[in-house]
Amino acid sequence: MVEHGDIRVVRRGGSKINFRQPVITNDSRLLLCASGHSVKVFSTSTEECVHELRGHTDLVTGVVVKPSNHLQAYSCSLDGTIRLWDFTDGILIKTYDIGYSIYSIHTSAFHKGVVFTVTSTISDKKSESFQLVAVHLPQSGDQLVKAPELSAVISDVSSNPGAIVFGRGGEYIASANGLHLEVFFFKKQKTYRFFLKKDTKTGGKNTFMCVAAHPKDDCIATGHEDGKIRLWRNFNHQKEYTYSTLHWHSNAVSSMCFTPEGTNLLSGGVESVLVQWRYNDVSQRDFLPRLGAAITHIAVSPDGALSCTSHSDNKITIIQGIKVSAVLQGLVTGDVETDLMVDPRSKALVLNGKPGHLQFYSLKRDKLLYNLDIVQQEYIHELGLQQFKVVKVAFDASGNWMATVEERKQKDAEQELNLKLWAFDEQTQSFVLNTTVADPHESRITAMCFCQAAASQTTMLISASEDGHFKAWQLHDGPSCLCDFVGAYRGLVPHCCCFSADGSLLAVSFQEVVTVWSPASWELLATLSQPPKAIRNLCFGRLSCSKYLLGTTDDHLLCCWNLLTCSLEWSTSMDISLLLGDPLTENIAAFCCHIMPVYLISIGPSEPRPVFSLKAVCSGKVTHAVFAPREEMLESCEESSQWLNHSQLYFLTQCMDLMTFTTKAEEEKLMASSKQLLIDDSVAMTPFYLLLGKHRKGESGAAASGESAGRPPLPQGSGAVKELLRTPAHVLPSTSFLCSMFVKSLLVSVGDASEESKPAEEEMESEKEEEDSEGDMESSASRPERGSLARRSAEPAAPPLTKAQLRELRRVKKLDHSWLTGLLRS
Amino acid sequence: MGEFKVHRVRFFDYMPSAIRAMVFSTRTERLALARADGALEIFNFSDNYFQEKVLPGHDGRAVEALCWVGPRLFSAGLNGEITEYDLENLRPRYTVEAYGGPIWTISVNSQGTLLAVGCEDGTVKMFEVLKERIQFQRNLDRQKGRIISLSWHPSGTLIAAGMMDMIRIFDAETGRATHRLLVDRGAGASKSKEVVVWSIAFLSDHTIISSDSAGKVQIWDGLNGTLIRTHLITKWDVLALSVSQDESSLVAGTSEGTVVQFQFISSTVDRLDKDWVRTRTFKNHSHDVRALAHTETAVVSGGMDTQLVVRPLLDKVEKNTRESAMRKVSFPHRSLVCCAKKAGLLLFQFPDHLELWRLGESDGYGKLGGSLPVKRGPEKLIQLKRKGEDHICCSALSPCGGWLAYSTVTSFRLYRLQNGSISICKVSKLPKDLLPAHQLCFSTNSSKLFASSSNSSVVVVALNELECKYLGTLKAKYGCRQPVHQLSASDNGKWLATANTDCEVHVYNLDKLKLHCTVPVYGSCPTAMAIHPTTSNLVVVHADQQIFEYSLVKKEYTEWSRRLQKQGLHSMWLERDTPITHVTFNPKNPAHIIVHDMFMFCIIDKSLHLLCVSLLEDHSLVVVERPLLDIVSQLPAPVRQKKFAT
Repeated sequence: MVEHGDIRVVRRGGSKINFRQPVITNDSRLLLCASGHSVKVFSTSTEECVHELRGHTDLVTGVVVKPSNHLQAYSCSLDGTIRLWDFTDGILIKTYDIGYSIYSIHTSAFHKGVVFTVTSTISDKKSESFQLVAVHLPQSGDQLVKAPELSAVISDVSSNPGAIVFGRGGEYIASANGLHLEVFFFKKQKTYRFFLKKDTKTGGKNTFMCVAAHPKDDCIATGHEDGKIRLWRNFNHQKEYTYSTLHWHSNAVSSMCFTPEGTNLLSGGVESVLVQWRYNDVSQRDFLPRLGAAITHIAVSPDGALSCTSHSDNKITIIQGIKVSAVLQGLVTGDVETDLMVDPRSKALVLNGKPGHLQFYSLKRDKLLYNLDIVQQEYIHELGLQQFKVVKVAFDASGNWMATVEERKQKDAEQELNLKLWAFDEQTQSFVLNTTVADPHESRITAMCFCQAAASQTTMLISASEDGHFKAWQLHDGPSCLCDFVGAYRGLVPHCCCFSADGSLLAVSFQEVVTVWSPASWELLATLSQPPKAIRNLCFGRLSCSKYLLGTTDDHLLCCWNLLTCSLEWSTSMDISLLLGDPLTENIAAFCCHIMPVYLISIGPSEPRPVFSLKAVCSGKVTHAVFAPREEMLESCEESSQWLNHSQLYFLTQCMDLMTFTTKAEEEKLMASSKQLLIDDSVAMTPFYLLLGKHRKGESGAAASGESAGRPPLPQGSGAVKELLRTPAHVLPSTSFLCSMFVKSLLVSVGDASEESKPAEEEMESEKEEEDSEGDMESSASRPERGSLARRSAEPAAPPLTKAQLRELRRVKKLDHSWLTGLLRS
Repeated sequence: MGEFKVHRVRFFDYMPSAIRAMVFSTRTERLALARADGALEIFNFSDNYFQEKVLPGHDGRAVEALCWVGPRLFSAGLNGEITEYDLENLRPRYTVEAYGGPIWTISVNSQGTLLAVGCEDGTVKMFEVLKERIQFQRNLDRQKGRIISLSWHPSGTLIAAGMMDMIRIFDAETGRATHRLLVDRGAGASKSKEVVVWSIAFLSDHTIISSDSAGKVQIWDGLNGTLIRTHLITKWDVLALSVSQDESSLVAGTSEGTVVQFQFISSTVDRLDKDWVRTRTFKNHSHDVRALAHTETAVVSGGMDTQLVVRPLLDKVEKNTRESAMRKVSFPHRSLVCCAKKAGLLLFQFPDHLELWRLGESDGYGKLGGSLPVKRGPEKLIQLKRKGEDHICCSALSPCGGWLAYSTVTSFRLYRLQNGSISICKVSKLPKDLLPAHQLCFSTNSSKLFASSSNSSVVVVALNELECKYLGTLKAKYGCRQPVHQLSASDNGKWLATANTDCEVHVYNLDKLKLHCTVPVYGSCPTAMAIHPTTSNLVVVHADQQIFEYSLVKKEYTEWSRRLQKQGLHSMWLERDTPITHVTFNPKNPAHIIVHDMFMFCIIDKSLHLLCVSLLEDHSLVVVERPLLDIVSQLPAPVRQKKFAT
């Protein structure tokens, strides 16, 4: 087995957006949040992801807006770098290499050129401790800068970024850890420490959870494990400090935040209620209840108009006043009972979402498509109640049918089981409940699969259960569902079932025996067995390997049977927890377990040779994985990464992170495309955009046409324009300097266009053309090219600058016109 | 360790009275406390919060407010009188009628020259404090509505009065009202109800702080008469306010039983202007906090639930010391139970009656730690009501069970009990020297009665079947004026030890009726003492928990006592917060000293809420218990109990 350096495991899509406190930008239009290995920029009004700032190679652990430039943001990561981004354009400006894993980042306006980061200290003891260090960011023009100047500020801090806060414009920093609060004044270089007792007699638990500092007054609010909030004052005295206590939360206060003017204090916790305390009159408080899940972070925009809360179900709620204005929902991976599935129609990942729901999550757009209510019963938020859970889900090949199984296990009562069949409704573009089969089996359903063959008239669903039977269900278009066949084998319990690719064979494993059935006649064709241990997974080979059936057993064997000879082809000793066939290729992925470095082996079953393996994919056992087909095929010639060409392999780790495999080439491509995208987006929808947009499209059209020989000279000023748009706004010279150059470039191009010396009708025509081209850019790449060619053909015949007045008039006319179309279009 | 048969007595349903008023004198470090039944208690804060003196109550006297003028204590009540107390003889010295209806408040100026009282009829009356008495000076402008609270400006020129719906500021010299501050009524239904300004404080920077029945603590500018801040701290009344000496901290007590602290602190570190900010909340009471005192280091609060709570401010005291522990004083620091050792009788002292009980009996032997079957239950023999309006101040039962004596402030009574039966008859012919006493004690053979009276003297009376004869008066050296609060006679009838609140311990020879010796004065007040029956050593326990043993024969501290002082006592012992109230000896093992305080019972080998522990003849032990829960259950329902999630 060879290790491949260029394939690595990354988080892509579905990563946590509630990991760290989100940041709202100064104009309240954008929201930045750390999400896996990147930083996501969301629009607060449309809930769309505007940019994804990629570049970090490990988990991003913090985002802050640069205090001296509110259009830039720092992000830090476990990979030991701090990166400075222009988040409006999505451009990486600088990378500062610190060299230590960074757990959180803090900035204040008081400290120019310094950021404060939390790094871990290597202590001789096993327990990890953290310290707060000041990082002096060197001023240099390079992209990658080493930041050697580190100075420790506070040792023994919490790794939780909510436990460190700057107070009153950065004059002091407060850090809470465990049972002590530490306040460091920068001017006096003095530290004050305050300790609390662990538990009080009345049952209070005093452990600090989070800290907030009043922006104007010297007042620090601390949240505690027992739900108390303490407001500390006079903390520049070691003895005469004082605090008052507020108590509403019944559980730990997980996050707190003062509003920018300090009039209110927001706090939240497990109760999923946002509490707003009046600073001057703490007996008055407002509540925003029913936010859905426990609050993990609270942030307020610098103008105080918006606040947002992160929730434990991977959600960010944006709150305007005391009303929820937007919800950013990420992938919920709290309690996955079903296997990971891919909806064949929408290519969305399907798994348990909200209680009783299935979520359809688009991996490509990294966005929740919709939640489908499966159980259709009110979920009661109470501990210890047994409620219906969705435990199995299956799709047929075309995506027309979906089958779900929900169960409820009560302590004394019988198990309740429901098999539900859902048909895809073209009109509503979602699944509609077709049939409910109450108690399809007498006991828990262990496996369920659809016949994946596309040719068959009716759809067949197999369900295997602990009651010793497997049942075949025939699905018709009407609202009916027939149990076609009930199979059993020696009273053993079936554990897995699997259809061959063409649907002609069904394999069902009964403990250590694999039975092969013909779905057409329902006769038992063959039995294969590999005693003494039970079969754990079954998987048919595909395409050229369709004659093989792979199975894993509990005694760590991977077996391959030839179905033509009904004999064991080969077997190898391997402890495999999950066997997964790629629907598009003949590859089969196998996740090993129990040994700490986890292997991934991709096997073409025809020969017992793994095509790919990767050690230490993640710690812990992988129980859920899925092959998600790619939208467009990847062209990778390297043998090792060819298996990634058709589909991507996603899996859930033990800590419920969605991971995938990626190659270097793919990453680079993604980077490049995002860069490209950035420049596109850097132009706002202005009259100028309409003008310039045409140029650019013309260019790209010309480039795409491949007629490089006939590539006409660009308009004189367009180079400058391009330069103007490529360069980040903050490094450009002053506007007054640029203006003349910019206008000149416009003048020439308009002049060119105007020299067609035709009345307005023709222009209208070309306008229409352009409109079309913009409406359907991908399909008709040639059209704008033609338009631009036509324009360019007129170019050489451009007369010298005569009739200045007339030209001016025309220009104005043209400008007005495009402005109008811009309006119409929008 | 000895093994005892224990009588657990739970039929002493002693009920302390609610705390009504409290005042702390920083000069003498003493806290005066008034209870609802008119009794006054003096606590010495410099001596481990020891309850030094108790002035018994009086039926007609309800103390509403207290006031220290130097070492003199004045009270005023709803009976319309101002009373000054004689703290040496533990009785009122004189009363002055104010002629203004019930008096709600009394306040002295910082110079200690003028007393102002607020009356029901709306007048503020000024009394001049003279050497031996007070004299009415004049009235300030009469207002409509009663004067509930008064506070002098430290300069003595202005006085603020809290009234119904408003606060008035008077010029103390002219008597004219200079400002009228209107106080808002509560919101909602209480809009139509008058708001009562329960308490008011006038600070030296002309800030006025008021607390009222609408649950507000308001901060006013006294110069301009404008409201600065309102803190709504409860939905019910804020009954009491107290400001620290340096005016940097302020506490307010509410009907919910909470005490809220406000502090005068600057909002940012480097700025000078300060603001009153609500900081801590203490919840040590279940009922109304009626009285508060802010000492230098602690907040002292008391109210309806009868407990006195001393809550140290942790920013003012060293942490983890004796000072930093919270104290609750629930029971008096002296014994209200008297046990007739030979007869198996118990005498319980209540303010208005005495109860005589016979202990139950049991036969057979139980196993160690188990309970014995009761053959005969305890029996209430006599309930003796006092005569007159004065409350009982002390009582005693002779060891043989044949004599019973009690004293009030004005009278002394002695009764003869018929042995074993229920008949009682008053001894009518008493020697005229037998004045009302502070403390009573019978000799072990019940032949003598000792009664402490004024000027630390002890009257000795011989008792026999026929008559009661005055034997003599034991006088200490000239100049002792403080009352004797502890009397202890030796078993052999030879010695009598007395202790007074000046911390002096005198030992008298009863054969010669002369002073035998004086124990060297220790800086803390003795709380309990006893003379050992065989060795004649005097064991004294002081309020600071120190134990001394003094040999009466050699007139010096014993070897053990010196060793003890050298080694020092264990910190666990020293950190206890209730004083030892009783000392006895184990007759089986003369080396054992048995001591107890409010919570524990301890045997010291020269090696539970309890009110009394006594040893009976037959080596059984009487333990009188009073669970605090029983007291709480007798209180009225509190206004609000904090329940979870409300």
